[in-house]
Amino acid sequence: MTMSPRFSRRDFTKFSLAASAAMLAGVKGAAAAAPKGEPIRIGVLHSLSGTMAISETTLKDVILMLVELQNRKGGVLGRPLEAVVVDPASNWPLFAEKARQLLAVDKVASVFGCWTSVSRKSVLPVFEELNGILFYPVQYEGQECSRNVFYTGAAPNQQAIPAVDYLLSADGGGAKRFALIGTDYVYPRTTNQILQNYLKSKGIADADIMVNYTPFGQSDWQTIVSQLKAFGSAGKKTAVVSTINGDANVPFYKELGAQGISATDIPVMAFSVGEEELAGMDTKPLVGQLAAWNYFESIDSPANKSFIKEWHTYTKNPKRTTNDPMEASYIGFNLWVQAVEKVGSTDHDKVIEAMVGLKQPNLTGGTAQVLPNHHITKPVYIGEIQDDGQFNVVWQTPKEVPGMAWSPYVAETKNLIGDWTKPINCGNYDTVKKACLGAKHG
Amino acid sequence: MADVAMSGPAALSGRKMRNGVRGIFAVVLLSLLFIQPQHARADEDAFAGLATTQFNTIASSVDQIAQQGGPRALPVLRALADRKLFAAREGDGLFIRTDSGWEDARSGATVTPDEENLRPVRVNNRVRLAVVAAEAELELVSGTPAERQASANVFYQRHDPAMLPAIDKALSKTDDAALKDTLLNARAAALLSPGAPASDAQAQQQAVAKLKAAGGLDARGVLAQASTSETLDPTTRKAAEAAVSSIDFKLKLWGFGQDAFYGLSLGSVLLLAAMGLAITFGVMGVINMAHGELMMIGAYTTWLTQKAVFSVAPALGSFSLILAIPAAFLVCGALGIVIERGLIRFLYGRPLETLLATWGLSLILQQVIRSLFGPTNVAVITPPWLSGSFHLGGIEVTIDRLAIMIFAGVVMAGLMLVLRRTPLGLEMRAVTQNRRMAALMGIRTARVDALTFGLGSGIAGLAGVAVSQIDNVSPNLGQSYIIDSFLVVVFGGVGNLWGTLAAAATLGVGGKALEPLVGAVSGKILLLVLVILYIQRHPRGMFPLRGRGVES
Repeated sequence: MTMSPRFSRRDFTKFSLAASAAMLAGVKGAAAAAPKGEPIRIGVLHSLSGTMAISETTLKDVILMLVELQNRKGGVLGRPLEAVVVDPASNWPLFAEKARQLLAVDKVASVFGCWTSVSRKSVLPVFEELNGILFYPVQYEGQECSRNVFYTGAAPNQQAIPAVDYLLSADGGGAKRFALIGTDYVYPRTTNQILQNYLKSKGIADADIMVNYTPFGQSDWQTIVSQLKAFGSAGKKTAVVSTINGDANVPFYKELGAQGISATDIPVMAFSVGEEELAGMDTKPLVGQLAAWNYFESIDSPANKSFIKEWHTYTKNPKRTTNDPMEASYIGFNLWVQAVEKVGSTDHDKVIEAMVGLKQPNLTGGTAQVLPNHHITKPVYIGEIQDDGQFNVVWQTPKEVPGMAWSPYVAETKNLIGDWTKPINCGNYDTVKKACLGAKHG
Repeated sequence: MADVAMSGPAALSGRKMRNGVRGIFAVVLLSLLFIQPQHARADEDAFAGLATTQFNTIASSVDQIAQQGGPRALPVLRALADRKLFAAREGDGLFIRTDSGWEDARSGATVTPDEENLRPVRVNNRVRLAVVAAEAELELVSGTPAERQASANVFYQRHDPAMLPAIDKALSKTDDAALKDTLLNARAAALLSPGAPASDAQAQQQAVAKLKAAGGLDARGVLAQASTSETLDPTTRKAAEAAVSSIDFKLKLWGFGQDAFYGLSLGSVLLLAAMGLAITFGVMGVINMAHGELMMIGAYTTWLTQKAVFSVAPALGSFSLILAIPAAFLVCGALGIVIERGLIRFLYGRPLETLLATWGLSLILQQVIRSLFGPTNVAVITPPWLSGSFHLGGIEVTIDRLAIMIFAGVVMAGLMLVLRRTPLGLEMRAVTQNRRMAALMGIRTARVDALTFGLGSGIAGLAGVAVSQIDNVSPNLGQSYIIDSFLVVVFGGVGNLWGTLAAAATLGVGGKALEPLVGAVSGKILLLVLVILYIQRHPRGMFPLRGRGVES
C-alpha cells in the first residue's frame, strides 16, 4: 500500500528560488552548501488515499516542500533531511501499523501526521510505547495531553470558544439560540459537549440549544435544514455552529442555499471548512457564512505572502490554496528544526525537553510559543466567506491565545492541567488533589 | 401636511382665488421649513462613514444613505454589497469599480484613481443586513413591482419598528393587493416587535390576528417573541401564544406533506443511482462494483462540459447542464462498453470474480480521476434556473430537487421504452432469458451484452449529472452511492424496474419519515434493520421475477 516509500532529495535545479526560500525562513543570503552525511529521516503519516486523502495529501506536500527548503538551506545539523512517506489510507488501524513501521523500522527522528482524531488516538499508544515524536497539525477536541505529541493545531479554547463568543457579540449578530450540528464522531461530540456547557454558563437556556448529528458523508440535508429553519423561528436570533466534516459540507451549504437561508438570516460558523473545501464549491450563495481558524490564506502579511508564493512554485499550480493545518504543519516543522539545532541531536528525549518554550513566528504575524502542555499559542480569526472562495477576516483576538489541553467547561477535567516540565512532568495533573492521575492521557 | 394647508383655508372661505394663492404660499413656506433640516443633513455627507474601517460606522452610514435617498444611493449600496466599492487608503475618496474602469461613488463621474492606494470597503453580516434593509427602503418607493414585493418581504422579515413610517407611506400609495397584504403583515409584525411605539390592546390584537392568518415561520417567529414580551398587553400575549400553537398545528400538518416531498426527492436520487445497476446487475447478473465510479465520471463530465461551455460561450453557461446530459450518457456508455469488452466478458457466470475485478476497477478509476483532476472537489455550478425554492401551500419545494424528481421520471420512462419497444430491448430480454436460444435465432449475443452494459453505464452517467447538482463532485463520489444502489436493487427485486422504483420510493420516504423522529444516525440504522428483516422474509425482494427463466 505504500505509495512511494522514500522521497530522496529532489531535483533542486528545477526550483531556482533559493532567494525566496531564504526569505521565508528569514535567512539572508544564498543557500548554504549542499548538506552532507547520513540523512536525518522524518516520517510523514498522512492518508494519500481513501476519504481523508482530499485533506491530507496537501499536508504531505507541504512537509515535502519544507524538507526541500530546509535541505537547500543546508539541512539540519549539517545533514540532509529525508522524508519517509507512508500511506495509512484513511484506515485507522493501518495508521498504528504505519506509525510502528516509521518508528521501529525507519527509525525516524520525528513524525508529522494524522488529521482525524481517531487516527491520532490509534497511533498514540505506539508513540508512547516507542517514545516517538508526533507533530499533530489539525484543530481538535482537546481532552488529551501526551508527552510524545506536540499539538500545533487549535485546542477548543483556541477556536470553538472564541467563535461562539463572536456569535454572542453584537458584531456577530447577538445570537440567543444555537444549533450545534456535526458529523457523528469524537471531535464534534466532545466539542459540542464543551460548547453546550459554555453556552449554559453564558445564560443560554437548554431549550435554546439544539444538537444534531449526522453520519459521515451525509448528502441529504433537506430534513435537517428545514428543522433548522423551524428552530430559528422562535423570535430569537439563531446561529449554527457546524462541526460537519469534510465532504458533507458541500451538500449542506447547497441545501441551505436551496431553502433560501442566507448568512444574514441564520449564520453558520464552521470549524472545519477552509479554503481547500471552498475550492470545490460555488461560493456565491455562501457569502457571509463564517469560519473560525488560526490562519487564513487572505491574511496580508509578508511571511504569508512568501509562503503562498513558495507553495505555488512547489506545486506548480498558481491556484492551489493554503489553509490552517498547513500553517500548523509549517510551525511544527520549524519548531522541531529549532529544537534539534538547539540540542545538537535528534535524540527524542532531548528534543522533547528542548521544545517547551521555543518560539516560531507564525505566518500571519505574531508568535507561536510551545507551552508546557505541548500545545502552542495561536491567534484566533473569524472569517466570512467571500464570493471568490476566500475568507475576509472580520474579527480577531487581540493577542495569541495559549492552548489548553483540558477544558474547564467539562466537570471531570476542569481541574486538570498538562505540564511536561519539571517538577510536575505529567499530562493530567489535578490542581486540586495536587496529584498526577497517571499515564492515561485522554 | 401639504394637503391640510391646501384644503383647509380653501374650504372655509368662498374666495377660492385669493385663498388658493395664500394656500400655495403656505405650502411653499412649510415645505421650505421642512426641507431646511434635510439640506443640512445632506451637507453632512452620509457616504463618509463608508470610507472608515469600522463595521459599526459603515452600517450606520448605510442607514443614513437610505434615509437621505438621492440618485447615488442605490448604485453605491449595490456596489457595496457586490464588493465593488473601494475606499482610498488616505482621505475619504470612494470609488466604484465598473466593467470599464472606475467611477466616483458620490457623483458617478468616470475617474481614474490611484489603484495602488485603494482598498475594498469592509463588509460583514451586520453591514450586509443594513444594505438589504436600505435597498428595500429605497426600492419600495422607486422599484419595479417585483422589487417592491421583494422589499415588502424584507420589511416583513425584518419587522423593525423603525420602518413603520416607511411601511405606512408605501401602504398609502399602493393598490396592488398582494403588495398591500405583505405590507399589512409587515406592519403587524413591526407593531408586535420590541421597541414598537405604544399602541392600544385592540390594535395589538388585530396585529396578532393578522399574523395568525398569515401563518408560516416568519409570523411564528414574531408571535413567539410577542408571547414572551414584557411590553405588550397581557391579553395580547395570551392571544399570541394561542396563535403560535395554531400555526404550529398547521405547520405540523403541512410537515407530513413536506416529509413526503423530501422522501420522494431522496427516493428519486436513489432511483437514478440504482436504475443503471438494475440493468447491469438485475438483467445481466454482473455485480458491478464500479457502478458508483461511472456515476462519478458522469459528474466529472458535467463539470468538464460546464467548463467548456463557460470558456466558449459564457452567455450559455447556465444551460450547459442540458448539454451535459447527452455528454455524460455517451462518455459513460462508451466506457461501459469498453469495460464489458475488456473485462467483464471473460468473467460471465463467475460472480465472485466479477465482484473482485470490478472492485479493483473502481479503485483504478478513482485514482485515475484523482491524478487527472486532483483530490479536491470540483465546483459544479447550479444554474440560476435550478436554484431557490417556491411554496406550494405550506410545502417548500426546492427547485433542484424537483428537477431531479422529474429527471428520474423521464429517465425511467425512457428506459422502459427502450426495453419494451425497441429491437435492442427485445434482444436484451431474449438474451437474458435464454442465451442459447437467442443465439440460435441469430442474435449476436456478445454485441447485445456489450450494448446492455453500455446502457446501464450510460444511465449511471445520467445519475452523475443529477447528483452533481446536490452533492460534491470528488473522486469519492461513487463510494457513497454504491451501497445504496445495491440495497435498492436487491430490496426491490432483482431484474425488475418497477421493483427498483418501489424500493427507491420506499427507502426514500421511509428514511425521511424516520429522520425527524429519531435523528439521522438512528434513522439510517433503523431503516437498514427493517430492510434486513424484510429481505429475510422475502429473499427475492418486493417484486420477485417469476417464471422458468429465473430458476436457471
